[in-house]
Amino acid sequence: MQTQVTMGPLLFHWPAEDKRDFYFRIADEAPVGTVYLGEVICSKREPFFSKYHDQVAERLQKAGKTVVFASFAEVMTPRERKLTQALCEDQAYPVEANDASALYFLRGKQHRVGQYFNVYNEETLSRLAGNGAVHFSLSAELPKDVLSVLSDAAREQDVSLEVQVFGRMGLALSARCYHARACDRVKDNCRYACEADPDGMELKTLDGMPFLSINGIQTLSHTGVNLVQEIPEMMDMGISHFRLSPHTCDMVEVAKIFDDVIHGRKSPQDAVETFSEKDYGFPFSNGFYHKDRGYEWKQVA
Amino acid sequence: MERDDTAVVGELVCPAGTPASLRTAVDAGADAVYCGFQNATNARNFPGLNFTPEEMKEAVAYAHARGAKVLLAANTFPPAGQTDLWKRAVDEATAFGIDAIIVADIGVAQYIHSQHPQQRIHLSVQAGAPSIEAIKYYCEEFGVKRVVLPRILTIPEISDLKRQIPCEIECFVFGNHGLMAEGRCSLTNYATGLSTNMDGVCSPAQDVHYEEDQDKNLTTKLGIYTIDCFSCTQSPGYPTICKGRYLTPRKEEGYYAFEEPISLNLARLLPELIKAGVNAFKIEGRQRSKSYVRDVVSSWRHAIDSVMAGDEVDLENLLALTEGGKQTQGAYATKRWR
Repeated sequence: MQTQVTMGPLLFHWPAEDKRDFYFRIADEAPVGTVYLGEVICSKREPFFSKYHDQVAERLQKAGKTVVFASFAEVMTPRERKLTQALCEDQAYPVEANDASALYFLRGKQHRVGQYFNVYNEETLSRLAGNGAVHFSLSAELPKDVLSVLSDAAREQDVSLEVQVFGRMGLALSARCYHARACDRVKDNCRYACEADPDGMELKTLDGMPFLSINGIQTLSHTGVNLVQEIPEMMDMGISHFRLSPHTCDMVEVAKIFDDVIHGRKSPQDAVETFSEKDYGFPFSNGFYHKDRGYEWKQVA
Repeated sequence: MERDDTAVVGELVCPAGTPASLRTAVDAGADAVYCGFQNATNARNFPGLNFTPEEMKEAVAYAHARGAKVLLAANTFPPAGQTDLWKRAVDEATAFGIDAIIVADIGVAQYIHSQHPQQRIHLSVQAGAPSIEAIKYYCEEFGVKRVVLPRILTIPEISDLKRQIPCEIECFVFGNHGLMAEGRCSLTNYATGLSTNMDGVCSPAQDVHYEEDQDKNLTTKLGIYTIDCFSCTQSPGYPTICKGRYLTPRKEEGYYAFEEPISLNLARLLPELIKAGVNAFKIEGRQRSKSYVRDVVSSWRHAIDSVMAGDEVDLENLLALTEGGKQTQGAYATKRWR
């Protein structure tokens, strides 16, 4: 499969019109091959944007992008179960499964497996491939030696791999909404407290060190992963898809930088230089890839 | 050993971090004890904890001689290229006659299902399967016989679930109250470089630091991150990220962003849990001392027996066991927990 930059699902609760305009711009300007739509984090947010799904998907497809719908990372309530079933059974678009209930409905059909379903080893990958999985987006915490073995397995199974190379990393999920909790509310009457934080709500330690970022039931890293320096090594392994996780910074520009590196128009060193010239809203990290603490940033060359 | 699986009611499943704890738990009335090997194959891979193969073999013999079961926790996610360690754990435990293996990873489940088809599989809480379809997926694909539910469902939800899945349910009823969806948390890895999923550690001791100022105020840290601060009159808790205090622009002062340091205690809900169809009650705490295990297991044994006999439960013992007295019924009692 052709090596490409992808736009992962938008994890945050942006106003629906902002979200629509974001995707229109991605369709028109961003050099990405695949765009993942669909609410992954909170089923309560789902109705706001669904009215724009077809419009956005059509515009993206017209621009030559593959459109995939991602399923919820956590499925618990009857409504979440119904929505998951509908998404998987409709098959209007390819589906990326983020939990076992989506896999239940997708068995035997061609599908993708997302970052929130643990695929840590070659045997899990092969087993899921045997059930119809053709593409895997891997967890952000996997180090390069693990990615390398998984790449070999993917080649054997004739499936493709995707690694997140930009944006805050999802570190944890819970049934409890921490945005609601911060506002002394509970999930059922949250009044969409999360809408005020389009890149997540900052959590600092008591002595003032930025640490984490809250997105409803999800806890993200304060730092954003940036694996632009590691792209050539991952391409050598055979990894073909490089995921950007959407933030409010200029994602078209970010996509262009990564696309330039993938196609040899820009060196990784130059790309690091370019990234250092601007504020993207968070400091960068690449610790997980190098089997280090996740927040660490290592200049590779 | 033949066993009528459908008839399991009120099974008390207890933790054992050491062979001595296992014997204590069995003697105190545990129906089943869960434990792990001394490596990354289980989610409590702490120094000084867990079993050598020889100890596991003896533990199974000890428990079986007294009518109790032993369950192996092999519930971490093997990183690619290192799956042999997990396979060896499964092979050895099966050879020892272990009663069930608790798994989370698809690859490990598949290995047991294909290589040891007679071996009973329990789905670990680390697999994070709280819905009908997610549980059915594991039952149908790998022959899972029991699911350990995440601590996120209300009792009516559990009751509803039980009617629609083809396996037994095990619920946590006592001990540490984990906040994050198990098996999907890399907070520790972010702060320390050790992974809960792959290395089996949460808040590893080697990265925990305590800093005391002149006034005897204590700061607890994990790696470079401050998790909480305590005045000289407070007793400091062990620093885990999801029980820490943090600052946010939404609050004027530091607050427990995820949960207060609090323990789960479902003693009062025991009759309802049994009515909801919960087959087994799990006590958390493989890292706990032998005396803790003895007290907790015997109290719960008594409580379960009383409920099953239709008697009133004496809760005093159970309520007194929670450290610092702070306890919660978590998600089980009300949706408002979420």
